[in-house]
Amino acid sequence: MGYALFNILVFPGLLFLSLFGMLAEFADRKIYARLQNRVGPPWYQPEADFIKLLAKEEIVPADADRAVFRFLPVVALTAVVCSSIYIPLWSRSALYSFEGDVIVVLYLLTLPTLTFFLAGWYSNSLFAALGAVRALTQLFAYEVPLFMGILAPAIVASSWSLSGVAQFYGAHPAYWIFNLPGFVVCLVALQGKLERLPFDIPDAETEIVGGTFTEYSGRLLAFFRMTIDVELVVGSALLAAVFFPFGLGLPPVAGFILFLGKVLFIVTLLAVFRTVMARMRIDQMVEFCWKYLSTAALFQVLISLAVKGVILG
Amino acid sequence: MAKVTIPFGPQHPALKEPERFDLTILGERIVRLNARLGYNHRGIEKACEQRSYISALYLIERICGICSHSHATAFVQCVEEIAGLEVPARARYIRTLIAELERMHSHLLWLGVAGHEIGFDTLLMYTWRDREVVMDLLAALTGNRVNYGINTIGGVRRDVSPEQCAEILRGIDTLEERTKYYMQLATEDAMLAERLVAVGSLCTEDAARLGAVGPVARASNLNQDVRRDDPYAAYGELDFKVITDTHCDVYGRVLVRVGELMESCRIICQVLSNLPEGPIAVKAPRKIPAGEALTRYEAPRGEDVHYVRGNGTERPERVKVRAPTLANVQAVSKMLENNYLADMPIVLAAIDPCFSCTDRAVVVREAGCVEQRMDWKALRLYGIEWYRKNRGIDCSKIKLRM
Amino acid sequence: MRKPGAMLSEVLPYIFRKPATRDYPHMKAEMPAHFRGKLVSTDAKCVGCKLCIKDCPAGAITITKVAEKQFEITIDLAKCIYCAQCVDACPRKVLASSANFELASLDRETLKVRITAGPPPAEPDAGEGPAPEV
Repeated sequence: MGYALFNILVFPGLLFLSLFGMLAEFADRKIYARLQNRVGPPWYQPEADFIKLLAKEEIVPADADRAVFRFLPVVALTAVVCSSIYIPLWSRSALYSFEGDVIVVLYLLTLPTLTFFLAGWYSNSLFAALGAVRALTQLFAYEVPLFMGILAPAIVASSWSLSGVAQFYGAHPAYWIFNLPGFVVCLVALQGKLERLPFDIPDAETEIVGGTFTEYSGRLLAFFRMTIDVELVVGSALLAAVFFPFGLGLPPVAGFILFLGKVLFIVTLLAVFRTVMARMRIDQMVEFCWKYLSTAALFQVLISLAVKGVILG
Repeated sequence: MAKVTIPFGPQHPALKEPERFDLTILGERIVRLNARLGYNHRGIEKACEQRSYISALYLIERICGICSHSHATAFVQCVEEIAGLEVPARARYIRTLIAELERMHSHLLWLGVAGHEIGFDTLLMYTWRDREVVMDLLAALTGNRVNYGINTIGGVRRDVSPEQCAEILRGIDTLEERTKYYMQLATEDAMLAERLVAVGSLCTEDAARLGAVGPVARASNLNQDVRRDDPYAAYGELDFKVITDTHCDVYGRVLVRVGELMESCRIICQVLSNLPEGPIAVKAPRKIPAGEALTRYEAPRGEDVHYVRGNGTERPERVKVRAPTLANVQAVSKMLENNYLADMPIVLAAIDPCFSCTDRAVVVREAGCVEQRMDWKALRLYGIEWYRKNRGIDCSKIKLRM
Repeated sequence: MRKPGAMLSEVLPYIFRKPATRDYPHMKAEMPAHFRGKLVSTDAKCVGCKLCIKDCPAGAITITKVAEKQFEITIDLAKCIYCAQCVDACPRKVLASSANFELASLDRETLKVRITAGPPPAEPDAGEGPAPEV
């Protein structure tokens, strides 16, 4: 029991994910800066930002719902950390697994977006409400391709558990080649989930000031930003677990380093995307996601069904 | 769904200067725009009346940081016309050189700002890095990166040496290459096209009717450019193209500005190769004779109009400045019809707004109404009372440190 | 053919290049010659004609007479706009622009720069008189 608590709260749970999240944020900002011919922040910048925000005054708008306003960052952070305990990080099975945990992980990863919407809505501010509505509209655009993309390898593995998927691909390593279209789809959809460029529409600084977080400050904003960092790492870990399921049988230290490498590789790809693209408009994003992304995801699902039927059947 | 009115400004991350735009939106579509200007009014025209002509020149130069040479040159051309001074040819060519360098600086800055408004920060960083070449050239030529102070009544204050000419030509070569890259980027990048094409449309008739000037008018296929239509400085002797475009939207404005960057490179090369010898200034009297003059100048943002009236003393009697943004901001409301809220920043940025230039006082007198004047103390008491009545805020305890 | 991310080929090599940022203040910025920075005095002597005050747009110069034919110029750097009109207007070329732009200070009084007049010209020798006072 104590061991489980240690796993959830410290390693590889809350504390490890926070620190790794901040490392990933540093990597993202440094690569973004270097690509733009700038110097970029030092390695301790995300930690410094977090500590600075903790020290700032917490202002709750007069007409906002105080209890919900202050509770939401906690919910968001908890949901994201909880989803990580079902993802196999560097071994063939996650901390906890059961048949159907794919759905649970995807649902838990949707919760932060819902809290962003509620945060914007309960702020009782015009810009926050606009950001909140955009966050929810964006959710409807990228969720379907993301779900289909994650489910495609699960179809081949005939398992509804992420640990089961990892075990299947551990046994049949070559099959991950067939999942590459799904990887591209999920990479694009992940940017929507993480609200990064080109899909950072709910948080478009030049259009709606702060978006959903306009009224947040101090500790609450610190925890929302921590949530976003941890979501970056957990989302990348999910993609790595599903699409790069090699090397999961290695001894602990080597496996850990390989896990760090996989996640940082995905973070690098996301940083490069952020550098070379402009922000899309919400109507363009919805159109793009439903026309092209969902079609590609469907295509990937068909490939998976064909692989399962023809080769394995 | 109900209509919501969003205050876009006066403080907003998209606006570099304060102005208020009240946007009425339905969902994400803009229904109406209500512009309220005046937040940047500093009383410059009145302040000029209390300074000598040469001091007023420095004040006029600081109306804006990006088009400072435009305002200074227009003002000084007015004063020279009233005084009947014949500016030497070399001075006119140097003024043209600085004017075109300023145009390049302004358009590169604008490209970066446009990129930032659509979330494309990489374009911002690259264009502003390339803009440093122009800034360094201007600092070497004039002594400062902005607010060049190169004009004086009767000519220019500093000369251009042959080494500086060579340095300028080297800088222009680099910039020409970079501008070609930005032109190529504008045509190749799919995301720029998505965000800029068919956004902020202004057809030719509307552009003419609403009085658009500068690149905004030229992007709506209006072939007007003060440098060609009403030549000043050395433009009458130079050969250059006026860039127009038929897109009539934000994308057209991008193309026009990048095209003008290329043309400026060519004009600068012509100026440097044809630089005439001679003095750089004639002596100007302190007391400018009575008279009035009006000049037009093609600033990077459009047509800049200056009017000066002298009455034989050392100080101007009346100075009036009509900046190009004042002419263009009327068209923003038409451009934003049926556009999305997300397009508001880029459409506003596409007219290259410079609200520092824009805000001047206008007196609107209806027949038969009594003019009301307040002095400073009365105005402050009026303000305190207004806020107490309408907003419930009591500011009377604030102590002024004057 | 339009493609997204057209800047990729331009941007990727920069990850290996030095950043374009100058590491100020560890690396000082070199100002060009004739940069209009802080006003300094040349060796010439002020005669109190006050042409600089007439033309100063900011009213930053004051001249006080400290002795017969000796004037002290006080320039308030907080008000000065560094236009160098006083440099051009002075008939004796007493003032000049330096390249110093790092003028921030915590105290307004330190921003008032006092330029004392140079030594008075030597009195013409009236035979064997005492040496002129400097």
